[in-house]
Amino acid sequence: MSDPVFIALCLGGLAAAVLVTWRMGQMSAMRTLIFCLILAGLLALFLGAPALRFSAIVAGLVAISAAASWVFRAALLMVAPTSMGPALRAAPLTAAFGMLVITIYAIAGIFAPLIAPFGEAEVIAGAFAPADGTMILGADQLGRDMFSRIIFGARNTVGLALLATTLAFLAGAAAGLFAAVRGGWIDQILGRVVDVIMSVPSLVFALLILSILGTNLTIIVIVIAVIYAPRVFRLTRAVAGGVVTMDYIEAARLRGEGDWYLIRREILPNASAPLVAEFGLEFCFVFLLISGLSFLGLGIQPPTADWGSMVRESATMISFGITTPLIPAGAIALLTVAVNFVVDWMLYRSSGLKV
Amino acid sequence: MIAALVLKRLGLGLLTLLVVSLLIFFAVELLPGDLAQAVLGQAATEETVAAMREQLGLDRPAPARYLDWLGGVLTGDLGTSLLSGERVSTAISQRLLNTLFLASYAAIIAVPFAVILGVFVALYRNSIFDRVANVATLVSISSPEFFLGYVLILFLSVKTGAFPAIATLRGDMSLIDLLYRTFLPALTLVLVVTAHMMRMTRAAIINLLASPYIEMARLKGMPPWKVIVKHALPNAWAPIINVIALNLAYLVTGVVLVEVVFVYPGIGQLLVDAVAKRDFPVVQACCLIFAATFILLNLAADIGSILTNPRLRHPK
Amino acid sequence: MAARDEVLLTIENLRIEGLSGEDWTEIVHGVDLTLHKGEVMGLIGESGAGKSTIGLAAMGFARDGCRISGGRVTFDGIDLTAAAPAELRGLRGTRIAYVAQSAAASFNPAHKIIDQHTETPVHYGIEDRETARKDAMELYAQLRLPNPEEIGFRYPHQVSGGQLQRAMTAMAMACRPDLIIFDEPTTALDVTTQIEVLAAIRDIVDQFNTAAIYITHDLAVVAQMADTIKVLLKGTEVEEAPTEQMLSNPAEDYTKSLWAVRSFERPIKQRPTDTEPLLSIKGIDAAYGPVKVLDDVSFDIHPGMTVAVVGESGSGKSTTARCVTGLLPPTKGEIWMDGAALPARYQDRSRDQLRQAQMIYQMADTALNPKVRISEIIGRPARFYSGLKGADLTRRVDELLELIELEPDAYRDRLPGELSGGQKQRIGIARALAAEPRFIICDEVTSALDQLVAEGILRLLGRLQDELGLAYMFITHDLATVRAIADEVVVMQHGRVVEQGPKDDMFRPPHHSYTDLLLSSVPEMDPNWLTELLKARSAAGASEAATI
Repeated sequence: MSDPVFIALCLGGLAAAVLVTWRMGQMSAMRTLIFCLILAGLLALFLGAPALRFSAIVAGLVAISAAASWVFRAALLMVAPTSMGPALRAAPLTAAFGMLVITIYAIAGIFAPLIAPFGEAEVIAGAFAPADGTMILGADQLGRDMFSRIIFGARNTVGLALLATTLAFLAGAAAGLFAAVRGGWIDQILGRVVDVIMSVPSLVFALLILSILGTNLTIIVIVIAVIYAPRVFRLTRAVAGGVVTMDYIEAARLRGEGDWYLIRREILPNASAPLVAEFGLEFCFVFLLISGLSFLGLGIQPPTADWGSMVRESATMISFGITTPLIPAGAIALLTVAVNFVVDWMLYRSSGLKV
Repeated sequence: MIAALVLKRLGLGLLTLLVVSLLIFFAVELLPGDLAQAVLGQAATEETVAAMREQLGLDRPAPARYLDWLGGVLTGDLGTSLLSGERVSTAISQRLLNTLFLASYAAIIAVPFAVILGVFVALYRNSIFDRVANVATLVSISSPEFFLGYVLILFLSVKTGAFPAIATLRGDMSLIDLLYRTFLPALTLVLVVTAHMMRMTRAAIINLLASPYIEMARLKGMPPWKVIVKHALPNAWAPIINVIALNLAYLVTGVVLVEVVFVYPGIGQLLVDAVAKRDFPVVQACCLIFAATFILLNLAADIGSILTNPRLRHPK
Repeated sequence: MAARDEVLLTIENLRIEGLSGEDWTEIVHGVDLTLHKGEVMGLIGESGAGKSTIGLAAMGFARDGCRISGGRVTFDGIDLTAAAPAELRGLRGTRIAYVAQSAAASFNPAHKIIDQHTETPVHYGIEDRETARKDAMELYAQLRLPNPEEIGFRYPHQVSGGQLQRAMTAMAMACRPDLIIFDEPTTALDVTTQIEVLAAIRDIVDQFNTAAIYITHDLAVVAQMADTIKVLLKGTEVEEAPTEQMLSNPAEDYTKSLWAVRSFERPIKQRPTDTEPLLSIKGIDAAYGPVKVLDDVSFDIHPGMTVAVVGESGSGKSTTARCVTGLLPPTKGEIWMDGAALPARYQDRSRDQLRQAQMIYQMADTALNPKVRISEIIGRPARFYSGLKGADLTRRVDELLELIELEPDAYRDRLPGELSGGQKQRIGIARALAAEPRFIICDEVTSALDQLVAEGILRLLGRLQDELGLAYMFITHDLATVRAIADEVVVMQHGRVVEQGPKDDMFRPPHHSYTDLLLSSVPEMDPNWLTELLKARSAAGASEAATI
């Protein structure tokens, strides 16, 4: 890395650290500055310049993402409807960062063919060709453009995870709402079935079924929906169970309203906040499971570009100090982190508003 | 009363185990065609398939085969591998020990570390330390195990050479050597589990500290350490035991991916290989072992919270 | 009584802020207070008056999300707002003690009662464990706890609520503090239990000449306990005066209005002799699983009449309502309406049968869907039962809002969260009226409300009864409410009806012994009421003993 960039990152990281601690009101800016300088000194002294360089890069990246999130939040505030204004303004930078990353991934996924310079299976160079002017991330083991495959991966991996999550969610939430409204033996039976499915670790369950039925995409989606629907069921059942005990539900029942009216008009509006947060969490689980399966070679099959498989295909390169496998793995981590940041904020809001 | 509750929970656990074993056994029956066909492929002749069927005992009805299989499992006989013809129990035993070693290694580091850290952030909640910990644990939870694994390999093995990237085990290694060689896979597991466990401990403790009896203890003039040790802790065991057991159960799943990343000779690696080769007896055996561990840990969590509940320990 | 000239506690210009969302807002706006040694001061006010917050501030304590932002709290020459944490801890429990509202929640479930009692004296080296235990047993005896030698060795969940509350008072007494803060200590108890706890608290405070701040929302209770009364409203002081003077001659309008509530009473209506009962409960039994909760309950409700169903918690009054609505089918007996039996389960009743009987709930918060606008909450029954649409429906909603004295244009489009407690309860009434019923079950409709607001609701219900000819089944534990609104009274205990009849008969002796106990246990505004009552009861006990 060239020196001017390095110095800029250093300064940026320092500024970010000072700003963050100062804004939180825990320490004065001066003390933070001194603290950071001492820390940097110690790092350089004991672990040598590479450690210092590394932490400077990390700090700089944090600073850049914080700044980008801040800008993004400001931009969102301008376009968002006024009813969202106060909530959005109070959103922490982590949540803004999450929304920014999700937006970028969504754009990459939707417009993949327009953004990617090459096709997902197009061989354009030698195996593991280094980055150059046309391939900003270099080539993979077959000489395909890494960057293009990452972009297409956003469409394939995320798309598949979304599809499976949606399916799991619809099934789980519908069953959960139904069980909560009906109660009695239907509730009992559904509860038992869910207990059994959840008593098998999800990855092991998926491996068992996929070993038998083979790894085609339809089967992956259905298996994952079956594994995760019980989790959604439990949460929905718990949330709706809380709502069902309310007197307004009793009032509606005594009026003679049917189950469908109860679910649609009385329960869902009061259960939507935790359910939306749960969708985010479920997505993370599903996404990690699909990536894990692909990484084990049992998920999405080549030549379809998929992040988990890409890690697997280039895994051996790590022992030569080449960071290629970290790029798709990082892409997975980044999206899950982003979704988790947003979910964390939503959960905090929905729990905070209750008090 | 307490004995009855524990017995009931144990019974339920056994029942779950039984249902899961049914599930694992009969899942194989879902195979298009049957096992013999699946093993030999479409090209096999009628005679070879029939011979295979007889060899596998497929001519007998499924329930009878299930009972045989279950009886075998209970006596330590897990069947025969379709590919190597080796006994599954021989293939598994050493690997199971390896996996248990890795999981315990990670647990011994992670449990005290995470619980103490979780209590600490709960006591200093909303401080900058808490917020940093929140972001750090979220990042750690969100990262797939193979991402953490490769990052650790890159920095702690390839760049600095501090630890070996591949965990080769030999019988004649000393414990120190063993711990050293398996440090990176253990650390990967520690990172993931610690984050989960810490967040759950924090939530449990914060929930507890909001109780009126904690306020009462403070209003009785008790110093903070006594409020924690005498008033919070006796009521915190149940949630903490739950947190630990749930996360150890989580470790069971995490171990599969970590073993593959570090080429660690454990049961997770074996399961993945068997799945790829469609060696069903091995798959079934591994799945059963994982599921049983998972169920037993959850059972331990439930029984632990029953045993430490003061209301149940001192009935009216 | 000891000399009361020496000042123990002064609070000057106390300001406390609470965290709402991200901002601190002031909730106590400069309150002053002076308490002498051995004096008992009653702090009264409605919810949100800041009573508990001030009580805790007197110990130099602020809950999470609260902070003392201004003023001084001086206890025996020590400024508690400036004292070091260790110094504050040294005072708490030993010189200033606290008795919480819910003893069940405030005792640690993991330790025996007596170990929690002796904790503070042993920790601060005031007594060794053995002496502290002996002392605890003596205190238990003085507080008239059964088996004082043994009860301390039980765990909190093994002891009843009233006993636990007395054990907590004993615990507060452990170090013979100079000051005890009582934070609504009897609010969660039934009236008959409340008497015992009140008497125990008063005796022991008298005996050790302990100063106390007694926080409550119940005027009659504070009249028994306090030497002086301070009235609070929304974090500011309204007035302070000695108890006798405050009761006989309050200075401020707000205080007068609080007193005046007690005088509301509707003229009684006689049951018309020629009509059939609108609703008739005929010998019903009911059970939750194996537990029988109703035993042969029978009573009638005639058109246009108010029948109050009275009893303490667990008496089965709400269960009776659940049987009437069909939520809990009785195991025996029937419920008749208009001369015909109703199906036991609400699912089997016709839409018209459901329409005839409506319900108003205790907690208006949980009775209205927070995500639905007022126009829809009230409009839905009108549309559902009468098929009203469009302009007709809007007209009907406005009409109903006017009926419950809310301005239609201002309230039609609001959400329940934007209304006050009393307004929400009115919406609950409007929703019941929208069905055009003949009969409404009112389940403790005023007990969650402040007194003034509750009175408004009672007046409204009375007016609606006159205008619309409604019959009410009025479930309550509060005899003042019964006196105010009932025509007939049904007294329940342990799932049985112990007495029923016209209101005037009920409030006139001779009563069933339980009715008598219930009636006599309701605190009255007379400061000598508790003394007189205890005297009368012990005399009655003595004469009973003499006759045997």
